[in-house]
Amino acid sequence: MTAQAPTQSASRNEEPTRRSRPPHRATGRKAGAAALTIVTWGIGLLFVSPVLWMVLTAFKQENQAATDPPTLFFQPTLDRFAAVWDANFLPYVGNSVIATLVSTFLVLLLGIPAAYALSIAPVKRTQDALFFFISTKMLPVVAVVVPIYVAASRLSLLDNIWTLVVLYTAMNLPIAVWMLRSFFLEVPEALVEAARVEGAALPRILWSVMMPIMAPGVAATALICMIFAWNEFFFAVNLTASQAATVPVFLTGFITSEGLFVAQLSAAALMASLPIVIVGWIAQRQLVRGLSMGAVK
Amino acid sequence: MSTAASEKTASAAATAPRRARSARAAGWARRGPLMPALVFTIVVTQLPFLATIVYSLRSWNLLRPDSQAWVGLANYAAVFTDAQFLGAALNTILITASCVIVAMLLGIGLALLLDRHFLGRGVVRTLIITPFLILPVATALLWKHIMLEPVFGLLNFVLSPFGVGDFEWVSQAPVVSVLIALVWQWTPFMMLLVLAGLQSQNGDVLEAGQVDGASRWQMFVWITLPHLRRYIELGVLLGSIYVVNTFDTIYILTQGGPGTASANLPFYIYQRTFLGFDIGQSAAMGVVVVIGTIIVATLALRLIFRTFMNVREGNS
Repeated sequence: MTAQAPTQSASRNEEPTRRSRPPHRATGRKAGAAALTIVTWGIGLLFVSPVLWMVLTAFKQENQAATDPPTLFFQPTLDRFAAVWDANFLPYVGNSVIATLVSTFLVLLLGIPAAYALSIAPVKRTQDALFFFISTKMLPVVAVVVPIYVAASRLSLLDNIWTLVVLYTAMNLPIAVWMLRSFFLEVPEALVEAARVEGAALPRILWSVMMPIMAPGVAATALICMIFAWNEFFFAVNLTASQAATVPVFLTGFITSEGLFVAQLSAAALMASLPIVIVGWIAQRQLVRGLSMGAVK
Repeated sequence: MSTAASEKTASAAATAPRRARSARAAGWARRGPLMPALVFTIVVTQLPFLATIVYSLRSWNLLRPDSQAWVGLANYAAVFTDAQFLGAALNTILITASCVIVAMLLGIGLALLLDRHFLGRGVVRTLIITPFLILPVATALLWKHIMLEPVFGLLNFVLSPFGVGDFEWVSQAPVVSVLIALVWQWTPFMMLLVLAGLQSQNGDVLEAGQVDGASRWQMFVWITLPHLRRYIELGVLLGSIYVVNTFDTIYILTQGGPGTASANLPFYIYQRTFLGFDIGQSAAMGVVVVIGTIIVATLALRLIFRTFMNVREGNS
């Protein structure tokens, strides 16, 4: 690929070689830098301490979880995780996986061609279409949930996971179109032009010329869609009951039915969050690209 | 742009009607790929909203099935005289604005700290983005039952040397409690955006500034901040879109209470719909919220669009 030169520099910027400091800097700076490093670590740990505390609590017995002062040293146990698992956790995970993966796939299926069209079309119409897409994100979900609820109940589509799939697709599509468009704009025009001159048809240009360059951008978009779909709560709690409920709904049902068991709650919260946290950790670079909508140049 | 131009020059050699036909065909070829997404979005988001407008003109309470009737704008009159609705509207503005501003300021601070080379930078960044990835429902539960709980909560334990050992956060300071959880959740988002901005900055400019003897503060204000502007605007826009619609945090942390002290519009409308079953009223509220949002968003988008629309020109 000859095309990587201008577009890849953004991700390469994160490598440690970026801004090499002049070697003649005084050593007094070094002490300051070390202090700043310690401060940064301290703030980072402080910031994430609620999560660390939740993780710690999840490994406690229930009577160690709610004590004053808090228990720091204890024999870790997996009992609470087992209890959550036994509370029929798996079907909820299944629903969440379907809603997340299928809706993300549909978003890409609809969004990639749309973003392609918007990245080459004349400016005026493009602005209108882009404005329309983003304005649907401005539309508060509460303003559409009533008719959706009424329609779903008349069509017997309440408590049906495919209802959530459609809604999550609509929820993420506008942002995805915006993101994907900005990634399309990074593809060098000369490359597309060359393929066109050689007689390649549009689908072929999209698939074999643009997609290889776009791959990180598509991954970034997919990641953002997955995060928002997995974490969605409003539609899930209002439109599902027992059959199609997702992981966030599981989490709320868990506390009301079981009373307040803090260790169990921590274990459940941890298990419910873990898939997205791990995916997000692994794909940090894509996450940054996605959030900054390819504005990183 | 140049692709369209070259098509035009190619077809300019042909006769006039053929040119018109091929231009139209080219136009459709260009717009065609947009259509599925456009139609889908209109069907799933705009049709329900039209239905909401219709419902808002009717009296319809699910508890009284025979209550359906056209009532004109009566629902709207009720909305504007509903003190709780106005309170929820003010809460929405307060929560959204404070959360976005505070999260952005913290995000900028954290991003500046992380834009250096030090041992374990990747690890610290990974730690800091974690709150954004955690399920928001889990975040709310975590703050309610583990952090802000008056007796066993970690926060009061840490603050007990300062004499706030038994403060009941959720009932005595509900809006602040919601804000703490939301700011914690959204700061990583802002941090990642600003960090992306910082790392896309041209090192040469900074070095030139250093050579010219600019202080660190001067360089930050006059070079770095203007460069970050696009990233900050994007963060404020996206953050506002999502925080305005916050539902889970309030549903779990405070239930909008005590009373309706911490209810925002999404939560209040939800209450009226799914607990009060007043479809007509809640539909009218939804329409009012949308109109309000459109007014604010149009102003905001104008601003953002100006920076986004010349991305291509600015970089080619």
